[in-house]
Amino acid sequence: MDKRIIKSEKEKWDKNTVDPFMQKTPERKNLKDSSGETIERLYTPLDQDDDYITKLNFPGQYPYTRGVYPTMYRGRYWTMRQYAGFGTAEESNERYRYLLTQGQTGLSVAFDLPTQIGYDSDDPISEGEVGKVGVAIDSLDDMEILFKNIPLDKVSTSMTINSTAAILLAMYIAVAEKQGVSHNKITGTIQNDILKEYIARGTYIFPPKPSMRLITNIFEFCSINIPRWNTISISGYHIREAGSSATQEVAFTIADGIAYCKAAINAGLDIDDFAGRLSFFFNSHNDLLEEVAKFRAARRMWAKIMKEEFKAKKPKSMKLRFHTQTAGSTLTAQQSDNNIIRVAIQTLAAILGGTQSLHTNSRDEALALPSEDSVRIALRTQQIVAFESGVSNTIDPLAGSYYIESLTDKIEKGAFEYLEKIEKMGGVVSAIEAGFIQKEIQNSAYKYQMEIEGNDKIIVGVNKFEMEEPPVKGLLKVDMSIQKKQCERLRKVKERRDNIKVDKILKKLEQEANGNINLMPTIIDAVKSYTTIGEISNTLRKVFGEYKENIVL
Amino acid sequence: MTFPDKIVNGDIRSIAKGISIVESGGIKSDDLLNKLYNRNCSYIIGVTGPPGAGKSSLINLLIDEFKHHFRKIAILAVDPSSPFTGGALLGDRIRMQQHAMSESVFIRSMASRGHLGGISGATKDAIKIVSAAGYDLVIIETVGVGQSEIDIVKLSDTTILILVPGYGDEIQVMKSGIMEIGEVFVVNKSDKSGSEKLATTVKWLLKENYGNKSYLPPVILSSVTNNTGIKDIVKAVLNHKNYIEKNGIDRDKIKKRIKDDINILLKRKINEFIQHHLKYPENIEKWVNLVISKKSTPYEIIREIKDNMILDVKEDI
Amino acid sequence: MDRKIRVLVAKPGLDGHDRGAKFIARALRDAGMEVIYTGIRQSPESIVETAIQEDVDVIGLSLLSGAHNILFPKVVVLLKEKNAGDIIVMGGGVIPEEDISYLKEKGVQAVFTPGTKIGEIVDFINEKVEKRNK
Repeated sequence: MDKRIIKSEKEKWDKNTVDPFMQKTPERKNLKDSSGETIERLYTPLDQDDDYITKLNFPGQYPYTRGVYPTMYRGRYWTMRQYAGFGTAEESNERYRYLLTQGQTGLSVAFDLPTQIGYDSDDPISEGEVGKVGVAIDSLDDMEILFKNIPLDKVSTSMTINSTAAILLAMYIAVAEKQGVSHNKITGTIQNDILKEYIARGTYIFPPKPSMRLITNIFEFCSINIPRWNTISISGYHIREAGSSATQEVAFTIADGIAYCKAAINAGLDIDDFAGRLSFFFNSHNDLLEEVAKFRAARRMWAKIMKEEFKAKKPKSMKLRFHTQTAGSTLTAQQSDNNIIRVAIQTLAAILGGTQSLHTNSRDEALALPSEDSVRIALRTQQIVAFESGVSNTIDPLAGSYYIESLTDKIEKGAFEYLEKIEKMGGVVSAIEAGFIQKEIQNSAYKYQMEIEGNDKIIVGVNKFEMEEPPVKGLLKVDMSIQKKQCERLRKVKERRDNIKVDKILKKLEQEANGNINLMPTIIDAVKSYTTIGEISNTLRKVFGEYKENIVL
Repeated sequence: MTFPDKIVNGDIRSIAKGISIVESGGIKSDDLLNKLYNRNCSYIIGVTGPPGAGKSSLINLLIDEFKHHFRKIAILAVDPSSPFTGGALLGDRIRMQQHAMSESVFIRSMASRGHLGGISGATKDAIKIVSAAGYDLVIIETVGVGQSEIDIVKLSDTTILILVPGYGDEIQVMKSGIMEIGEVFVVNKSDKSGSEKLATTVKWLLKENYGNKSYLPPVILSSVTNNTGIKDIVKAVLNHKNYIEKNGIDRDKIKKRIKDDINILLKRKINEFIQHHLKYPENIEKWVNLVISKKSTPYEIIREIKDNMILDVKEDI
Repeated sequence: MDRKIRVLVAKPGLDGHDRGAKFIARALRDAGMEVIYTGIRQSPESIVETAIQEDVDVIGLSLLSGAHNILFPKVVVLLKEKNAGDIIVMGGGVIPEEDISYLKEKGVQAVFTPGTKIGEIVDFINEKVEKRNK
């Protein structure tokens, strides 16, 4: 169809049909996307160019816009991987086995803050925090309990751990060994994405340079020894949670990815040696259509960057595989059952966007960690979408939509602009030091919040359709005695182990940290001797120093 | 113990409340300052420079070094107040928080509250409070716009000007006249490119400016990331301290400050007098209308007031 | 007479999620208050010391990690020990309804949960400070 005809017909429609109609029924005002840009009334072939092969192509083919695998969910559903963990290893182990019996297909471990930040449960700074946001792991002893009766050759495990990723990975390897599972059977992911910690999440320990060293040590070690392990989950989820727009989420995540690739190459690795094991982690937010476009734009961008900038040769290196989590920050404390519907919509967005694995939030998470009932409903949400809704029966069904393709292009363009800016600043680390990324996110967050305060943005139950309600019952409570229990266990572990051996290993670790050698083997030795996370981290703190927050207000 | 005594004794809460009182001004403030006036014992360092120069981070490192030379250190960090809302986001102390629990360090964030010139109107009074409490070193961190930071020079014994490479070229440095502001110059972020060039340029400019005078401000390269230059900065400050003490310049500065204090109080008193006796609030509208209706001019109005004024000075001042 | 309301916005404990704290800091500034923000990972001890040095009227504690029942009361206790019990302590974050009465018992004067409008917080501060200053 000749575009000129469509154009003139559209102009007629605008003038003769829309305008008169609007006289009687005006439109809502200020319809904008997450970047604050106007959403048009209508998208048509005029918003498209017809370059199917270059821009979209087929699933499993460069630039992977339509999906990273040729058959996507027709061959295998996404992994249903609910993030879980709290209290002691025993309680978490129970929750994991429950979820596995309820049909979850992969494990996802949440650790408490002391574990994430390299402090033992008996460290004074851990007071009040032990076992609260995740499971408390002080030594291999806890890890063994965590995976009791869970066969590590059959289950893939994702661990949300960053600064102490090397230590937890070492423990996982040790537990697998004890189970008799060989290194090339272990499969899973560690988040291991320190850059976003500096930007949005805050569980950093060391400054950027030594953190990058640890990360590349892990890349190298796993590429040789643990071939099925995903060594990083480059995350945009938290950046979005901190208040960024969809475009910023893609841009800053990919910028981080570029930084990791550069670091690994500087450390002597070849791009095709590790890029195939990089994975990503995105947010699935409320605006379903924008989210679908966002995922597609991310895939296309990463493929282009891997091929053109990094000269990757293997197709696997160019495929952006990702895990998704529904947006925690959209959950409301008010009328919390409504969150089930929000999560359902966000689930649809992630599936229509082609995610490889998904965590769905529970309805009560604006108030506490999920109760057993709530997490079951969250899992059922994924299952209903998978088995009943039909959206996974064909691949990338929204492709070709004038709006979706136009928005995919727009997000890609906006994200590339950010990448250019960051490149000019000297890369992501410089941009973080200059506070650029944080400021962009904060400004987005502030704008969003003011829109809610001003009722320009409606949140059902919060600034419209509010009601009086009794407090929610049945919330998960983490027992206050956890800290005591954990400290007692830690004490016993320290008594039983060979403390001379531990001292020796820590000294060796300190020496090696001062040099250039890959630290993974020694860390594995350390955890096998029941050296604690705090002891290992404090040794590294001595050598690497601690990162000081660059606060941008 | 009276409140001023508590301050002299070093009670943190009282010092903090004292600063709030002088920030609010008024009779309570005058009374407190009067009681504490002659207890000044501090050396005052002003730290200025453009935003992003790393002032707070640098001060954070300087504190540990200065502890070898001074007993107690007070830091007053000034940030701008919003001209629209009057509020302020005071974030300087974030970079110095490691000293929050130190017995010998006191950190206070102050908002400029509309005062131009890089500090707040109450900064000089806040100095008196901490000084009376025994803080023998007071560091003032200004808002930092560079050119308008002249107030800090009057307040301080030594002013440190911090520059960073990449902030616009060296011609700007020259034009902006900030050469007159510092007694110790620091080029921070020396790990970034362009810092050597900037240091060289500044050195040359200072030589041109100061020529044969007996004191030539040093230019020091520093880096917070690499922890370099810190000791040199402290040395340079102590050097300048020595210089002004040897030449009596410190006494001159103190005299100037006392003069300023008296002048400010005098001006305030006279202003109050004018407001009250000439019934300024009621009359100003009347006077403006007279001028607008071309019935008078400002000069004639004043002449008339003068002719009709009977001063009863003792009663009112 | 120029007495401004001074607020310390603080994040005690190990939680690093600062989106809310930063928004509150900025919004209180926009409401004409002087706000001191000290970043993440602050101990109750350093929060109290900072509050005293800064002579704040209010401390706003933000915490999303569930450690509020331990850390918020600790701040209140330390304030009393240092003779600064007149500083108003308020909190916010991920705090279930059932913990609010416990916190109030322990001296936290208000807990603002997700969805609270900033106006409510500003009004609370203005009222409480005015009352206390009388």
